[in-house]
Amino acid sequence: MGRTLAEKLILEHIDASASTRLGLHPGDLVEVAVDIVLANDITAPIALREFEKLGIERVFDPQKVVLVADHFSPNKDIRSAEQCAVMRRFAREQRLPHHYDVGRMGIEHVLLPEQGLVLPGDLVVGADSHTCTYGALGAFATGMGSTDIAVAMATGQIWMRIPETLRLVYTGALKPFVGGKDLILHTIGKIGVSGALYQAIEFAGPVIDRLSMAGRFTMANMAIEAGAKAGLFAVDAATEAYVTAANRTARPYQALAPDPDAHYAKVLEIDVSQIPLQVAYPHLPENAKPVEDARGVRIDQAVIGSCTNGRLEDLNIAAQVLEGHKVSNDVRCIVIPGTQQVYLDALREGLIETFIEAGAVVSTPTCGPCLGGYMGILAAGERAISTTNRNFRGRMGHTDSEVYLSGPAVAAASAVTGYITSPEEVIT
Amino acid sequence: MRVHTQPLQGHVWKYGDNIDTDVIIPARYLNMSTPEELAVHCMEDLDPHFAAEVQAGDVIIGGANFGCGSSREHAPLAIKGAGISCVIAESFARIFYRNAINIGLPILICPAAARDAQTGDRLTVNLEAGRIINARSGQTHTTSAFPPFLMAIIEAGGLISYTRSKLAAR
Ligand code: SF4
Repeated sequence: MGRTLAEKLILEHIDASASTRLGLHPGDLVEVAVDIVLANDITAPIALREFEKLGIERVFDPQKVVLVADHFSPNKDIRSAEQCAVMRRFAREQRLPHHYDVGRMGIEHVLLPEQGLVLPGDLVVGADSHTCTYGALGAFATGMGSTDIAVAMATGQIWMRIPETLRLVYTGALKPFVGGKDLILHTIGKIGVSGALYQAIEFAGPVIDRLSMAGRFTMANMAIEAGAKAGLFAVDAATEAYVTAANRTARPYQALAPDPDAHYAKVLEIDVSQIPLQVAYPHLPENAKPVEDARGVRIDQAVIGSCTNGRLEDLNIAAQVLEGHKVSNDVRCIVIPGTQQVYLDALREGLIETFIEAGAVVSTPTCGPCLGGYMGILAAGERAISTTNRNFRGRMGHTDSEVYLSGPAVAAASAVTGYITSPEEVIT
Repeated sequence: MRVHTQPLQGHVWKYGDNIDTDVIIPARYLNMSTPEELAVHCMEDLDPHFAAEVQAGDVIIGGANFGCGSSREHAPLAIKGAGISCVIAESFARIFYRNAINIGLPILICPAAARDAQTGDRLTVNLEAGRIINARSGQTHTTSAFPPFLMAIIEAGGLISYTRSKLAAR
């Protein structure tokens, strides 16, 4: 019997004989060796407290521990400053080369692939649920809690259950402006927020083969929003071009693909020709509807950024829509490049100028408003359209505020009109 | 060390499906990290009475996909800090499930017990046997036992003590 991509990636990281591996199947608990362990300014302080309790002096490998100060950083208040200070101290003591502080930091899941820290074939665990983003690179990457991460930092190993796999095959031709965000919102709308609970998702099909890396990162990122443990893409020419690009490191990597006779929990075919631009209504990502249904819903804020849609391609789309237009007087439009590099590229390409001339603000990379941290908190009764990934109650501020999720084209168009709008209405 | 041989007893706080980590502990409190600090704000946006009235030993009952959303361990820590002895739900989001086991917060998947229970009911929970008795309904529900590996973590009092003894034995 063949193996799914998830099975292959996990089995590659188990210290066992070939015959033992042969006997392992979805549902079995195994100990895996990790290639990268990640934590951020919210989850690291707890992880480091637990790490200390283990009575171990050094992390298992300083090259493989990555710490990113992105959630409340540059620090929003004294308590968050203390949290970053704890992380900074640990990074110095342990001589961690991959500690990303203000000036070098970006939103972790945009930053790690960009810096070449995660490569195809890797097994990554992160104390952040959107660690699954790296599945776009053909790496097995999954979110865990701080205690798991403490143990992984200390021992380089962690327990995990081999997941069953849901294979999603996308066929057909994409409509104008429809991208990875629309595909994943539509998919979650179809299968529900627990539709892939405890499973890995394999994204495949001719549409996926043609999809940009940015689009793939966006889709893998939101696998967790369907309850999945990982969202995986087989490695192809686009992946290879991405990881070998000039500014990334040159560690050897392994390109894996699922076997043709792999066993799947389920295979679903999705014809994208019928998928319009999507908007997910509050308060669950599964409340996805065609943008036309939401047309006219008034908004107070538009957020363009995050680990879901904070890459150069996303900013390009937003700028294309905003070019020559003004953000409505009733809307605060906040643009957040995912990393310093994205910021710089956007600056060089003239996108930042477009945003500012349109009346948007551009922020340093940070998670900020995505999780209701700072830099764009909503008041009671306010409504935002956002390219982020979660619209839970109170996610972006007051418990009586609302978040609608969309891709960058819809968010930018809505910023111009002041209500949820298809980009075609703005670009005429 | 056998931690949970004594049955747990407490009153029910019942919530619905897809209770996410943002309502268990909103992000505005993620600049704190101790169970005591976090407990004060636990469930605040969903049920303002919870933190004020919860008693040590009480049980949270959830519907499907309890604990979905972020990986924040602050969520089970806040629940544990509030004195909750056990969380029972129809199903759990996987990271929350791991986190609860890892920090030694007992957690059971039992759709029948979750549907049967109402806020205020008194439950007796025997973790080892996977048995839940509801005094009001008179029903006894059983759920499958933990796999031995997870039971070992629970009995050790969480992943850290489990790993410590494993490292010491090396
Ligand atoms: S951008 Fe939002 S979802 Fe992504 S890591 Fe930051 S807080 Fe989490």
